[in-house]
Amino acid sequence: MKRFMAFVRKEFLHIFRDVRTLIILFGIPAAQILIFGYAVRTDLKNASIAVLDNARDNVSTELTRKLEASEFFAVTSLLESYDEIDATFKEGKIKAVVIFPEDLGARLTREGNAAVSIIADATEPNTASLVTGYTSGILNDYSATLTGHITSGLPVIAPEVRMYFNPNLQSHFMFVPGIITLILIMVSALMTSVAIVREKEFGTLEVLLVSPLKPWQIIVGKVAPYFFLSLFNVIIILLMAWFVFRLPVRGSIALLIAECMLYILMGLSFGILISTIVDKMENAIIITFMVLLLPGLLLSGFIFPIENMPKIYDYISMILPPRWFIEIIRPIMIKGAGIAYVWKETLILAGMTLFLMVLSARKFKVRLEEKAG
Amino acid sequence: MEKEKVIEVKDLVKRFGAFMANDRLTFDVYRGEIFGFLGANGAGKTTAMRILCGLSRPTSGRVTVAGIDASRRPEEIKKRIGYMSQRFSLYEDLTVRENIELYGGIYGMSMKVIIPRREALLDRLSFTQYGDMLIHALPLGLRQKLAFAVAVFHDPEIVFLDEPTSGVDPVTRRQFWEMIYETASHGITVFVTTHYMDEAEYCDRIAIMSEGQIAAIDSPSALRKQYGTASVEELFVKIARPQKSKT
Repeated sequence: MKRFMAFVRKEFLHIFRDVRTLIILFGIPAAQILIFGYAVRTDLKNASIAVLDNARDNVSTELTRKLEASEFFAVTSLLESYDEIDATFKEGKIKAVVIFPEDLGARLTREGNAAVSIIADATEPNTASLVTGYTSGILNDYSATLTGHITSGLPVIAPEVRMYFNPNLQSHFMFVPGIITLILIMVSALMTSVAIVREKEFGTLEVLLVSPLKPWQIIVGKVAPYFFLSLFNVIIILLMAWFVFRLPVRGSIALLIAECMLYILMGLSFGILISTIVDKMENAIIITFMVLLLPGLLLSGFIFPIENMPKIYDYISMILPPRWFIEIIRPIMIKGAGIAYVWKETLILAGMTLFLMVLSARKFKVRLEEKAG
Repeated sequence: MEKEKVIEVKDLVKRFGAFMANDRLTFDVYRGEIFGFLGANGAGKTTAMRILCGLSRPTSGRVTVAGIDASRRPEEIKKRIGYMSQRFSLYEDLTVRENIELYGGIYGMSMKVIIPRREALLDRLSFTQYGDMLIHALPLGLRQKLAFAVAVFHDPEIVFLDEPTSGVDPVTRRQFWEMIYETASHGITVFVTTHYMDEAEYCDRIAIMSEGQIAAIDSPSALRKQYGTASVEELFVKIARPQKSKT
């Protein structure tokens, strides 16, 4: 234990003595939070929506058909009561609920106007405003066919829009989980692989291996500091999100931290795996970027919604841990979802982590024994 | 006086697939001697050294280092030896004192033991004024000396030096060898590989490896006499040059 602690202490000294490391650790998260506070535009195609039809008359049936027929939407579920709305949103499968009031058809014939509610999931603000915009458009078209001309003034059927989870459509709501996802990859996977490969490059790993430190002590000693720094980073990001954008964590902080720990373990295992494959720090950086960071950025749903991608990218993104992690922490942070809503994703992420851990441990062992001279 | 064997190697074989890296090596190293291990690149000296350090297992044969069986308890060997490699073995972004503390700690010494020994060492090397400097601010010669001092800081029975002086100027090499002599005089056995043939002359005994086997082993003067050469360099070229067909 004494040997191990001496080793861990040295690793912390490395980190705190290197300005570049400190910038990556603390500067980049802060900069990203501020930069990504601005939105990125996205388009809408076949977004899943739910319909709560309280009217069940000709008008509501016709409107449902029109929504379904448009290329923007797919009506994937029909709800029975208001009570189901919250749960449906938390499952994250639908982007909006369109609610037809009981007296829709009756009121239309009696008074010549009616109102339809649209509740959108504003976790992703861009998608939410597109969804409500297009829905309103379809309602207006229908109104026009009823009256035979496009209405000036008040439409016959007026949409009443409500944003769920994020009433002011603040787009940084969706970026904060994305930033956590990326920063954790940088710190856990990138920095550990570089830190281990650095020892190879400088020849110090050889000296460590000849020392009485056991190989597992070397590896755990190398990655342990990054585990704690990663957690520390999560806390900084959450605090910044709160103080700068007033973004609270709606769900359980303990659950969020636990999921982050799981994801950090995944990153560390990945970093170790890379360090067993390459001998140069540049290569460690390139591989982490190509395999984890870039696909994580583009395909995980961080910037571009997965439902808008061609199916093939959807499948590809399924093997990316960041995708699952985003799907876990976004509902926890923004919708206040509990483990009941994210257990499946958690299980997938845990499976990936275990796989990477076993693989990297085996690779590391083989690597030590096979080195010929 | 009977010389005490500190390394005993008998019929050591190390095979990588079909490739025979070490082919039935047999030799002994005695306590307190400076033993030079020479050979062309690929002759198998690194492989043998890795086995002696407990880093890899022999395919067959008996290897005992500091009284411990290298096939069965290589981890125990690691506690009793020191090691310095051709590549730089100190951490450049740590200070001189921190490097010493780190290696002392890794070898299981407590800070209570480390601190007085560290100060005594710095004093002996006249390094006290560099104590809190980062390694990368030190000139190469000083680093090399310090790396050696760190490799023997925990009083190992044997210290392994893997081409410790490559890329170092002649003056520093000279000073480095003075440190090696001093260490050996305290009873620490020095096992050194080198490419410099003048350094081979400084050793008590040398072994020359060629194609996985020991081609010659004795004191430099005895070998020169035996092969009728004027220097170890000539001797080396005569014995260890790899055959053309093999390259």
